[in-house]
Amino acid sequence: MSGLLANIDWADIGQATIDTLSMLGGSMVLTVILGLPLGVILFLTGKGQMLENRLANGALSLVINILRSVPFVILLIVMIPLTVALVGTSLGVAGAIPPLVAGAAPFFARLVETALREVDKGVIEASFAMGAKRRQVVLGALLPEAMPGLIAAATVTAIALVSYTAMAGVVGAGGLGDLAIRFGYQRFQTDVMVVTVVALLVLVQVLQMVGDAAVRKVSHR
Amino acid sequence: MITFQDVSKTYAGGARAALNGVSLSVAPGEVYGVIGASGAGKSTLIRLINGLEKPSGGKVIVDGDDVAGLGVEGLRSLRRRVGMIFQHFNLLSSKTVAGNVAFPLKLAGVSDAEAKARTAELLARVGLSDFAAKYPAQLSGGQKQRVGIARALATGPKVLLCDEATSALDPETTEQILELVSNLNRELGLTIVLITHEMDVVRRVCDRVAVLESGKVVEAGPVEDVFLHPASDMARRFVTEAEGAPGDGAPIGGRVVRLTFKGEATYKPILGAVARETGVDYSILGGRIHRLRETPYGQLTLALTGGDVDAAIARFQADGVRVDLVSEGDR
Repeated sequence: MSGLLANIDWADIGQATIDTLSMLGGSMVLTVILGLPLGVILFLTGKGQMLENRLANGALSLVINILRSVPFVILLIVMIPLTVALVGTSLGVAGAIPPLVAGAAPFFARLVETALREVDKGVIEASFAMGAKRRQVVLGALLPEAMPGLIAAATVTAIALVSYTAMAGVVGAGGLGDLAIRFGYQRFQTDVMVVTVVALLVLVQVLQMVGDAAVRKVSHR
Repeated sequence: MITFQDVSKTYAGGARAALNGVSLSVAPGEVYGVIGASGAGKSTLIRLINGLEKPSGGKVIVDGDDVAGLGVEGLRSLRRRVGMIFQHFNLLSSKTVAGNVAFPLKLAGVSDAEAKARTAELLARVGLSDFAAKYPAQLSGGQKQRVGIARALATGPKVLLCDEATSALDPETTEQILELVSNLNRELGLTIVLITHEMDVVRRVCDRVAVLESGKVVEAGPVEDVFLHPASDMARRFVTEAEGAPGDGAPIGGRVVRLTFKGEATYKPILGAVARETGVDYSILGGRIHRLRETPYGQLTLALTGGDVDAAIARFQADGVRVDLVSEGDR
């Protein structure tokens, strides 16, 4: 065979793209569901905050740091028994989601904590002075005020997840990263490598643009 | 309306007490000023009134409730009766002007329709009806504070706390905001406690004032007394800051006296009459004429020479002018 893109099987590329997007979508939803409350708790139990609790804050912080310090490739492999117990397999899109969430949720939680710290303390005090309950302060003032920062945090996390999905390809998750490694790297099919990398690049670019537009939409500062 | 009984406050890890044995009482419908330098304990004092801070000792009674003894619901109910505005406005940047004003109503569980009507009414009162859909970032400082005031009034409070409410504003805007605050006091019978480091703010709007220094009240009383005849060094410093030095120290012969005119006496042509009648000559060493809320007042420092100085002083006093001796001079 000759030609510039001789080794490309577009059906494979299409399937791999769908797999990558499914991994990304599924793990992103779960990351937000788990990471947002974790980040809020991390913030609220911090020093000088309304639920200040050194023990809870220290313990949560430690767990998050441990998960964040394990390189993702290692986390993928270490988690295999847990993944099998959770979803019945360590392969394919389903098998990739537990390690992706375990890798991204602590990262997102930290970013959420940082975004919440940016909220003007005076606004929180004013909310209490108006007779708000703690729950009302968190849901009615803290989270809406932090919304631009939270969306930016979600964007950064989604982009990190794209590169995690590529690594997940190594342990049989499929997707664009898997294609790049099996064909582009191991079989020296440079054209496959280029096409997958371009696809990933476009994906990251789109995520960043959508995220930036959403931040602009909710930011009234 | 508000009573402090021997209130102290020490922060954990704080080297000294933020407040130390403070007692004062604010009557319903009055404008009470608390003036102090930064770090004197003003912010702590005002936050004890709505329970944002808890006293370490003593009692704070607001509208019949002992603030420290209130549970969560009691405190929320108190905070709906006590509005607060802030130096940096503390508006929610994510909500529109109308959304900010409606926020305390939502917190109190008021229905949307009712909140909407009340919000429109409040925005009209502060002159911001056309700004309902704008965001705080699109407003000037004075407009932001008006939104803060409308928001503080949303739940129909009896008391308004002003935490350095004009310190971040330019002089002209400060005047407008103080006028609005004064009107609210008159029209709604609102009791107002304001803390400030500017004597001028106290002079314009307050009925009574307490001077705070290092967590203690060093002087308290009607504004005219504290302003015209400050007894403490701290009060004198604030008056001098607002008015400039009174000019008592000029090296000139004769007896130096300070005359204080208030109300009607301020505008009487009294000086010339006394000079003619008693044969006393006067040199004006310093003076000021101003208003305390609505009352005009004047203060003149004079050196009196020749003639019958004692008779002149008696004559001033007979006309309702207060005379303080600054120095005897050489007679």
